Amino acid sequence: MNQYDAVVIGAGHNGLTNAAFLARAGLRVLVAERNPYIGGATVSRELHKGWKYSNCSYVCSLFRPEIYNALDLGRHGLKVIPLVSSMTFKQNGDYFGSYSNPNVRRRELMRHSHRDADAAIRFDADVLRWCKLIRSFLLRTPPDPGSLRPRDAFEFAWLLKKFHELSEAHLYEFIRFFTMAIAEYLENYFENETILAHYSGGSIIGTGLGVYSPGTAYVLLHHAMGEVDGNIGAWGFARGGMGAISGALASAFRSYGGEIRTGAEVTRILVSGKRARGVVLSSGEAITARVVVSNLDARRTYTKLFDETDVPPLLLKRARQFKIRGSSGKLNIALDGLPSFPALPEGSPLTRGHMHFTDTLMRLEKAYDDWKDDRWSEDPYCDMLIPSQYDPTLAPPGKHMMTVFVQYCPVEPEGGWTDEKRDRFGRVVLDQIADYSPDFKSLLLHAEVRTPRELEDEVGLTEGNIFQGELTFDQLLFNRPFPGYAQYRGPVRGMYMCGSSTHPGGGVMGAPGTNAAREILHDLRKNDTTPEEFSDD
Amino acid sequence: MTIAPEHFRQALQRTPFHDRFVALSTTEDWMSWNTYKVARVVDKLSTEYFAVRSGCSVMDLTPMEKYRITGRGACAFLDRLVTRDISKLRPGRVTYVVWCNDDGKVIDDGTLFQFGENDYRLCSQHHQLDWLRISSTGFDVGIEVETADVAALAVQGPTSYSVLDAAGIGDLQNLKPFDVATRQCGRVPVTVSRTGYTGDLGYELWMNRTGALEIWDAIFAVRGRYDVCPMGLSALEMVRIEAGFIMPGFDFNTAGSTIRSGYDRSPYEVGLGWAVNLEKGHFTGRRALLAEHALPAERRLTKIVIDGNKPVNSSLVYDRQNGMKIGEVKAATWSPILKVNIALAELELRGGRLSQGMWARIEYQRELQWHATWARCRTHAKPFYIPDHRSETPPRHY
Amino acid sequence: MTEHLDAIVVGAGHNGLVCAAYLARAGKKTLVLESAPGPGGMAGTRSIRGGYHFPGLVHVAYPFAPGIRRELELDRHGYAPGAPINTTSLAGNGRHLSFGNAGISGQDVPRADADSYPPFRNRYLSFARAMQPLFDSSPPRLKETPFRDKWTLMRLGWNLRVKLGRDSMYELLRVAGINMHDVLSDTFVDDRLKGAIAAEAILGSAMCPRTPGTVLTWLQWLQGALNGPLSIPSSGSMQALASAAEAAGATIRHRAAVRRILVEAGRATGAELASGEKLAADLTVSGVDPRSTFTELVGLPQLDAMFGNRVGQIRGSGVVAKLLLALRDKPAFRGLPEPELGNRLLVAPSLRYVEHAFNASKYGEYPEQPVLDIAIPSLGDTDLAPAGHHVMSVNVAFVPYDLREDSEARKSAFTKRVIALLDEYAPGIESLIVEHQFLSPRDIEADYGAMRGHWHHGELSIHQSFMLRPLYGAAQYDTPIGGLFLCGSGSHPGGGLTGLPGRNAARRILELGKT
Repeated sequence: MNQYDAVVIGAGHNGLTNAAFLARAGLRVLVAERNPYIGGATVSRELHKGWKYSNCSYVCSLFRPEIYNALDLGRHGLKVIPLVSSMTFKQNGDYFGSYSNPNVRRRELMRHSHRDADAAIRFDADVLRWCKLIRSFLLRTPPDPGSLRPRDAFEFAWLLKKFHELSEAHLYEFIRFFTMAIAEYLENYFENETILAHYSGGSIIGTGLGVYSPGTAYVLLHHAMGEVDGNIGAWGFARGGMGAISGALASAFRSYGGEIRTGAEVTRILVSGKRARGVVLSSGEAITARVVVSNLDARRTYTKLFDETDVPPLLLKRARQFKIRGSSGKLNIALDGLPSFPALPEGSPLTRGHMHFTDTLMRLEKAYDDWKDDRWSEDPYCDMLIPSQYDPTLAPPGKHMMTVFVQYCPVEPEGGWTDEKRDRFGRVVLDQIADYSPDFKSLLLHAEVRTPRELEDEVGLTEGNIFQGELTFDQLLFNRPFPGYAQYRGPVRGMYMCGSSTHPGGGVMGAPGTNAAREILHDLRKNDTTPEEFSDD
Repeated sequence: MTIAPEHFRQALQRTPFHDRFVALSTTEDWMSWNTYKVARVVDKLSTEYFAVRSGCSVMDLTPMEKYRITGRGACAFLDRLVTRDISKLRPGRVTYVVWCNDDGKVIDDGTLFQFGENDYRLCSQHHQLDWLRISSTGFDVGIEVETADVAALAVQGPTSYSVLDAAGIGDLQNLKPFDVATRQCGRVPVTVSRTGYTGDLGYELWMNRTGALEIWDAIFAVRGRYDVCPMGLSALEMVRIEAGFIMPGFDFNTAGSTIRSGYDRSPYEVGLGWAVNLEKGHFTGRRALLAEHALPAERRLTKIVIDGNKPVNSSLVYDRQNGMKIGEVKAATWSPILKVNIALAELELRGGRLSQGMWARIEYQRELQWHATWARCRTHAKPFYIPDHRSETPPRHY
Repeated sequence: MTEHLDAIVVGAGHNGLVCAAYLARAGKKTLVLESAPGPGGMAGTRSIRGGYHFPGLVHVAYPFAPGIRRELELDRHGYAPGAPINTTSLAGNGRHLSFGNAGISGQDVPRADADSYPPFRNRYLSFARAMQPLFDSSPPRLKETPFRDKWTLMRLGWNLRVKLGRDSMYELLRVAGINMHDVLSDTFVDDRLKGAIAAEAILGSAMCPRTPGTVLTWLQWLQGALNGPLSIPSSGSMQALASAAEAAGATIRHRAAVRRILVEAGRATGAELASGEKLAADLTVSGVDPRSTFTELVGLPQLDAMFGNRVGQIRGSGVVAKLLLALRDKPAFRGLPEPELGNRLLVAPSLRYVEHAFNASKYGEYPEQPVLDIAIPSLGDTDLAPAGHHVMSVNVAFVPYDLREDSEARKSAFTKRVIALLDEYAPGIESLIVEHQFLSPRDIEADYGAMRGHWHHGELSIHQSFMLRPLYGAAQYDTPIGGLFLCGSGSHPGGGLTGLPGRNAARRILELGKT
């Protein structure tokens, strides 16, 4: 029987989250996934025998504990292990490490700048304050400034109240934080070049902006506001790779009676009488449903799944203009052993966390200049991890798996991507690592190089943008993805969006899927099965 | 002092006195203080407490942050930094100071030593280099962190004067409270100030870390004649509450680390109004404090005694039993010398006045069972315990 | 100390003069102190020997707001906007494109762009108009908001929601924080048009077309377009302002540089001149940029520490150099029809060109190919140069304030490069040059005292706009020092030749005087 209450297009983590909450409310839900595997960009795959690559997203910090708790993901096999550190190699042979032990962290900061070690206290307090504020918006549907409905007015009042809890100076400081460039924001605190570069890096990950572009300070939160067991700012790694998250979500979904079909590519959303009626698969099979939810990015959803006549022209224009701007590449590497890093003392815990090679703001900015000219960065910013050091499921004993996220990589270099260009891009990254690890290349068994082309083709992320759309002012809160469409509802009744293109945006967080489920259940007059945010007070 | 990158192998640093403490410690009860490993209790809490009140205790103060402030603009800089009039301080004197942010909220307190013209040392509990640098723009002033290079000991108690004399750090009979002078201990120069955090007679010794152990050994060499007792931070907490001293960051949130708006405190609110001089010229926070001073106070950190003997830490204070919550206990101890429960509590004021019938709700455990009870609270204007011998000059020789 | 004054205004820049005129009209005994021999500050006339005069650093501007013209009776004192001009985007091949209020003209204009331009311009003008309440008044405080500020916000809300309508409001909310590159790329195809509009939007700021927030910078610039067409300001306009201020009763003292603003017990009491003379006044109003006002004239020790620290963080480094050319004849640009020579001529042939010109400045380098903004004021005002001769004023972007390597030799090599670039567009111009003067941002700072040679006394970025301009705690023109006010471009609504900061400041001063 091809008839469902709801069909969710795409088994990304948000699609699965959304589907799980709908199924939990008693709906009959189908998730249709184009690929033969689930997870979308939250996936772990064996592309080299014996190795498991999380070949898209690779760490999680943002995944909401409320969702974890509501869907009982721990019982469905999810374990998120906190990451202990991050570090940046300096060109002069030294390095800067950010350790999880507060005493060690302070002394390492002092080693580079005593003043910065003290300023870090002010920095931590300020960033934590903004985290707490923004975090309370994550599991809420943004109000529509164009609406006069009581619900929106109430939500605006709630937002105002939240802001009103800040002192006047903090309000202004928050606006500054929200609108400043990360480099300039950090310069309000730190003076050491390496420390500045180290803490700036997180803000350009996945975005087509540079460290001196206004608006990037805020992106810091998208990387800092996650939590693992209450440690705000901590990163976590899912045991078994990111696929473990989609696996647990799928398991929860199925436990509520949900159904997942892989290899089922949706080609069109059926619309008649201004109402979504279901979807058509590439096989030609039609599936009818009262509710259709798209986990795809906003541009793809409106330009590829709809008949042009079913979408209002202004919405179609906005979808085409939606700022996606792929800017990242990714390498997944199988290693014969643990590479050595001579700059680090024997036994340093820093190999277990994030590793970076860009030690000045100017190098970061120049990497961005390359991207502006549609070239990959010759001296890219890399976020490298070797999670097999603490996750035995990723590589055979004694062997290792390395993941390298690369910023920047253009959507399309001049003349378009070719395999040869892709490999040249990959070599730039491998060379950079080898500069700091002399035995690295000799340990190399296999490397998968992914440019925006591969990310788009395989995962369906338009232009390979990891956030399904830039996290810039024009595409946040009630503007995400488009003004007037930020409440998860599409242009026809019964059609919804639940991907990272919607509020609160990218990162493996699950919040868009949850918020969309809440709206859907509200429209269907079903019991709300989605969780409320944990109070911070 | 340079820091080796291998610091991660040992999360906490050692002070120059650490090995001596290890040798004397029976409890091995350590804690972290400003990235240093220090003793919470060395041997027995009550012994350490009574050493301060009847004999001589020695505590490691090295982790205190110490900043050397010099340069032509040093005095002007400090005057703009703190709430008291620093132009009145003289070489050879020490003063208690407190400093605020622009909003008039307390960042930290500490002691300020003047060694010579435009030569000062500021000691504080919390890390202040960031704030000092921020404050120094526009002043001709040099700020150097001396924390790791200058070791420090607190020698406190009625016999501390005699102990130091016997240890060869003599000629202290004319040193008045808040005086500072330089002496020799053997070949090692040591700066001695008649200051402390115990409310008893006492001295603080400041020395280069290289000569630190000679001074320690000289002091502990007189143990045959005097009872000299190494002390940990737990005993200090008891005596400082008895003396009515506050501790920013523990009794109230410091402005520099406050996350939630309104959780920081002004000097008036923590009972330091006496240390604010609104007449002396501009200092950071003055405008805000002027405005606050013009209005009735809303809350104050207050010394209270609480009836009974139940442990009162973290108790809430109510206006009448089962009435409105009007405050909370921030620091409390059983005073062994007064045999009473004493506490610093933040209490709300109505129209500038305290409630007349305050009761603390005390939750306490007996053999892993929780009980709750009410206890009457009374405010106490003066420090709970100040012995006369604290300020006697010359001090009595034992 | 001599006679008693109600107010001292530091600096006879256009905002200082506007502020002084308003204060004097309200009956305040006002004295304006100016270090230069003439009025106008950066908009004051500047001369090269041999009888060549330039209308200051500002060579194109929109007219003053009608309200200011009316209230100060400026026209009666000789103020008149110049003849309307358009903007021309110069192309290397001599096939140029011009645009203005009316539309696009020129060669090879794509049909699509010709169609999109008028609605686009009108839409952005309507955005600018909707935001006018915000620019016209003191920036609202976000807490303890007085009724006046609530009224501003209510008018703004009404304009956005009702006057603009829902879809336009959505669009304004969308574009307000983003960059010109995206907006222009979404709208137009012609590189010349996109490059020139982007250059117009960002000139004077250390921003490139891709910098988020540049749409807002452009909307600030378009505020002026609501007052009338673009023109080359006449050399008499600053004199007209000075006359209006004097007619209202203010006194202007030239060659009277202020060394210090006197502060006693947290209150400004007057000013001390470089000569040592002290002048007492109830109010002191500074038209000097905020950073110099606080760090040099007041002194950080008089301020709270974090406020002083935030003053030090006010961002704004000049990135535009000025090349003044005295020409023995009228220059000719290849392919440019004679009537368009009087336009604002921009060398900004594409977004990428502008972007690249900016890139170098980030690393303290001169650009290979700078953006040029050219005007020939002597075409409209023959008095500016000897008969038959001309003066040409060129803004050169992006020239960083902090050069990685700063030397006279490099500066003159760069000047040569700029002249050679001009010569590519106007062949033979090099041979017409009688005299030239190149003012780097450092020279501009030295000559005009503007912090780091920045046109607008501080970047017009979002985090330094509205209630954050120049910094919170001093955004409503009053400062932590009692009796000290700001009135220059460093204050809301910022730079350009608008007079709005001066007028808003005066209103605020008079309003506070009442309460």
